[in-house]
Amino acid sequence: MAMSGVEIFKLLPKTNCKKCGFPTCLAFAMKLAQRQADISACPDVSEAAKATLGEASAPPIRGIKLGLGDRAAKMGEENVMFRHEKKFVNPCVIALNVADTDDVAARAKNVASSEIDRVGQKLRVDAISIEFKSGDAAKYEAAVKAAAENAPESAVILNCSDATVVDAAVKAVAARKPMIYGVNDSNIDAMAAIAKAHGLILGLKADGIEAVMALVAKAKAAGVEDLVLDPCAKNAREIIEMNTQIRRSALKKGEKSLGYPVLSNCVREDSMVEANIAAVAVAKYASIVLVSAVERWKNLALFTLRQNIYTDPQVPMQVPQKVYKIGEPSAEAPLMITTNFSLTYFIVAGEVENSKVPSRLAVMDCEGLSVLTAWAAGKFTANKIAQFVTEWEEFKEVANKELIIPGQVAILSGALEDKLPGWKITVGPREANGLPVFLKSRAA
Amino acid sequence: MAYTIPVENLSGKVQEMTLGTAGRTVAVGGGTTLPFHTFEGVKSNRPVIAIEIQDVPPADWPDEVRAQYDAVSGDTVTWAKYCQDTLKADAIALRLTGTHPDRENRSVEDAVATIKSVLDAIEVPLIILGSNHVEKDSKVLVAAAEAASGRNCVIGKAQEANYKTIVAAALAHNHKLIAMSELDINLAKQLNILITQMGFDAARILTDPMCSALGYGLEYTYSVMERIRLAALAQNDATMQPPIIGDVGMYVWKIKEVTAAEADVPAWGALAERGVAWESVTATALSIAGANMLIMRHPKAVDAVRKTLDELC
Repeated sequence: MAMSGVEIFKLLPKTNCKKCGFPTCLAFAMKLAQRQADISACPDVSEAAKATLGEASAPPIRGIKLGLGDRAAKMGEENVMFRHEKKFVNPCVIALNVADTDDVAARAKNVASSEIDRVGQKLRVDAISIEFKSGDAAKYEAAVKAAAENAPESAVILNCSDATVVDAAVKAVAARKPMIYGVNDSNIDAMAAIAKAHGLILGLKADGIEAVMALVAKAKAAGVEDLVLDPCAKNAREIIEMNTQIRRSALKKGEKSLGYPVLSNCVREDSMVEANIAAVAVAKYASIVLVSAVERWKNLALFTLRQNIYTDPQVPMQVPQKVYKIGEPSAEAPLMITTNFSLTYFIVAGEVENSKVPSRLAVMDCEGLSVLTAWAAGKFTANKIAQFVTEWEEFKEVANKELIIPGQVAILSGALEDKLPGWKITVGPREANGLPVFLKSRAA
Repeated sequence: MAYTIPVENLSGKVQEMTLGTAGRTVAVGGGTTLPFHTFEGVKSNRPVIAIEIQDVPPADWPDEVRAQYDAVSGDTVTWAKYCQDTLKADAIALRLTGTHPDRENRSVEDAVATIKSVLDAIEVPLIILGSNHVEKDSKVLVAAAEAASGRNCVIGKAQEANYKTIVAAALAHNHKLIAMSELDINLAKQLNILITQMGFDAARILTDPMCSALGYGLEYTYSVMERIRLAALAQNDATMQPPIIGDVGMYVWKIKEVTAAEADVPAWGALAERGVAWESVTATALSIAGANMLIMRHPKAVDAVRKTLDELC
């Protein structure tokens, strides 16, 4: 639990030596409480005090990196139960689970080529999990190698509860820092030894939250701190209930032994149902979502949901400023303007597309505000629109000097005609859903 | 090490309502917990899936979903029977799209005739939706309420601009009412208050905080629904306790992700599955956020959501 400045002050040497860069120990304590300073700046504090402070200043859910380099996925460090309170921080990992009896190389290639660009973000299946099903250690080791080679940038998860088999397979991919998943009460000592030797994450798997907590205690006693929890939810309701209980315990009760990222196994026979169960896990606190198939249609739906759920509720999603072409517009095609709030763009562009009238849609940077809000905030004014239209290169290829403005800002039309000599300003519909009729009637 | 489940005892509840008549009634809402939290109170009724039909053939629906109904959608009654008998719909949502002035501009009398013939043909509860044209709806829905008198239907949607006449009609003919506002918890609350001030029982309102499709503002609908549920349960705010409805199909089946051919966007994968997944993931996410009733279009999406609800309930 977080400590107050005064509580921290009691642990400091109280010498006001200024070596930390602050005038007094109390001032330093206040900065520590706000997490704007680090305890290591104090050369004289006792080891015991450091440990206490370290424990108190740790985030309630431990942050752990899965994978390596640019592609590493940070998990954990969440602070809230509901996304409207504050941004959900670290988007969950979507992991494909493959049996070692399957065509691992082919399926790993699906993971490697899963990247999709959406609203300027590159989204992908982040990890591949290889499940030990064959009963043959050599086959498992070969499968792990094939997965690692064919998905060269993905995180690797060894889904196996036989420590001897893991020990053999891990050597080939140790440099990739795989996570070991399948750690249970009977193998934890051996698994912890492997994890310690290579600096790996342990995925603890037990029936229910209480059993998971017992495993956490054992793993920590063995010196492994990077843990992921799987309380083995048997259905979608248990995913919601257990993940909610774990997060609540960690955030609201300060339960350290549950302050770790959670894995939810969403594997189902019916791929459409699997997409839905994975959606439940994405929305409800899973840090790793395990699925058995990564068809492109499913990836697109899950990536999009993950993006929606992990969007900062205080910062609107934006699209780049640009004149977007819809269909193949001629130089005389209609030209509309709107703001760069991503929803505004999506809805307007969608309705223009529905009209089947090839058009240009100029999207102006208004810091992600919608039309009326941007107008009210002075970011979508006649002056600024005129400046955009005059200076932005893409308007030069427009032969038909007519600009269609949103009906919501009809009030701007007079001022715009003054500021854009040679341009005709037309007031479009108030709502985007009026665009198909509007555009079609003009085209007729 | 004993684990104590961190239970939150919430003082509020969600209103429960019954739709339909005689043997084919459906219970909506109810319960005292956040969605699917069976460990800390009484759970809500299983979310009800109403399958959407229209008073005119769905020429405006994308091929993937339109083709599902080509054999039946030429006649609204045949379509309704198909949804009830073959697709086993919990309820049917009849959208009077054809009454919109920009569409077929069907008359109030035509709409009434359609409603009566559908009601004669089905037993499951009926939801009667206007064309979302504020002025026309206030005429069509008033006549619809009268035509459906005695059948305990849902009438919608009443919005700030036209709620008075629609509320009066629903009140006079003893129907339930959808109150729709635009993605703002305060507007939702205000509309519910205005409606109850007309003497309409809050227990007969369904709140529609406005739906959005996955990728097209879903996060707004999701969070508004969560906040409405929290206000109902944690703050025991009576004006926020009506069941929530998600009008999913209409918002999903017009966007690029459900219409673009795989040949045009290979990275998006097969269109047939993509469209179904888009509707079913949207519906699943909203049921987790608090929706008690979902209006859906594609039979395969309905099927996938049903199987998901089997696990959730």
